[in-house]
Amino acid sequence: MPVQSNNGSAANKFARFGYNTIVKRNSIFLTTIFVSAFAAEMVFDSVSDRIWDNINKGRQWKDIAHKYEESE
Amino acid sequence: MFRLSARKAVQQLGAQIRHQSTSSASAATSMNAKTMSMAAGVATVGAAAYFSMESADANMAADGLHAPVYPWDHKKNLATFDHAAIRRGYQVYKEVCAACHSLDRIAWRNLIGVSHTEAEVKAMAEEHEYTDGPNDVGDMFERPGKPSDYMPRPYANEEQARAGNMGAYPPDLSLMIKARHGGADYVFSLLTGYQDPPAGVEIREGLNFNPYFPGGAIGMARVLYDGLLEYEDGTPATTSQMAKDVTIFLSWAAEPEMDERKKMGMKALTMLAVLTGLSVYLKRHKWAGIKTRKILYNPPTPKKH
Repeated sequence: MPVQSNNGSAANKFARFGYNTIVKRNSIFLTTIFVSAFAAEMVFDSVSDRIWDNINKGRQWKDIAHKYEESE
Repeated sequence: MFRLSARKAVQQLGAQIRHQSTSSASAATSMNAKTMSMAAGVATVGAAAYFSMESADANMAADGLHAPVYPWDHKKNLATFDHAAIRRGYQVYKEVCAACHSLDRIAWRNLIGVSHTEAEVKAMAEEHEYTDGPNDVGDMFERPGKPSDYMPRPYANEEQARAGNMGAYPPDLSLMIKARHGGADYVFSLLTGYQDPPAGVEIREGLNFNPYFPGGAIGMARVLYDGLLEYEDGTPATTSQMAKDVTIFLSWAAEPEMDERKKMGMKALTMLAVLTGLSVYLKRHKWAGIKTRKILYNPPTPKKH
């Protein structure tokens, strides 16, 4: 008796593509994980640092250093 | 008929077994047990209340006046120290406090990148002489300071400090903000809190009245006055301004890692919040089948003889 399948839906197409390219072979999976973690950390750190500097504008050493740095 | 009475007998026996206990009289024991547990509860709550109450004796001066809570900027969860204030506070420490108080845990290099440039720190360190050695012939020698040296001590040891201050020892200030109840609020209140003793309070010669100091009689006299020094950046040097800046400097000295710690905390909490959200979603995704299953019960139809 035929059952309704989900194989043509948009979500399924993306999922299939994702599985076949990234997850299916473990070496590719591992490589993708390491590369994405590295990239995500870089992005997360730079975004957090910018937010932090914005919250603490004018209070940190880097904001007042210019007054005391003498060009030697 | 026989089967029915047998079943009833078994049921009665089961009930007896269930209600048996090792104690003898059931009614009296349960009454005792209830009273005992209630008494234990009252005793615990009473003891907790007794020990948690701060004693309020007539001599409240023994604890020192409780310092008010000031709205320090660096108390906020995501706020760094005001490094301009740290720089001014260092100037106050050096010109006013360093005459008597040591700052043993701070080295010159700790100021680099916090309140001074490397060149400034090198110049400041070189103004002081440090004993080093032994040299090739075994003698100790004097040399100008380096950034790796620690802040110079005003007195060589505690005895000398006491001798120079009428028996009172000016404590090291490196951890004072963390060492005293009230922290920055206490230190600020103390520095700005000098006043004449109230009527009837006698302070002996050599001590000074300060309501915030436990006991009320402190060895240090008032040291901060308006216009005592001239700030490098032109800020008017009022008593409260100097007290605020030196308190912030000492807060930094006690917790130099605070800026980094709060930044890491912000990052950690963000990551954990995201991961928590992901975990909740994943768990619910996996449990969806269980949570939505239906169980049907078809009761057995009673047989009629």
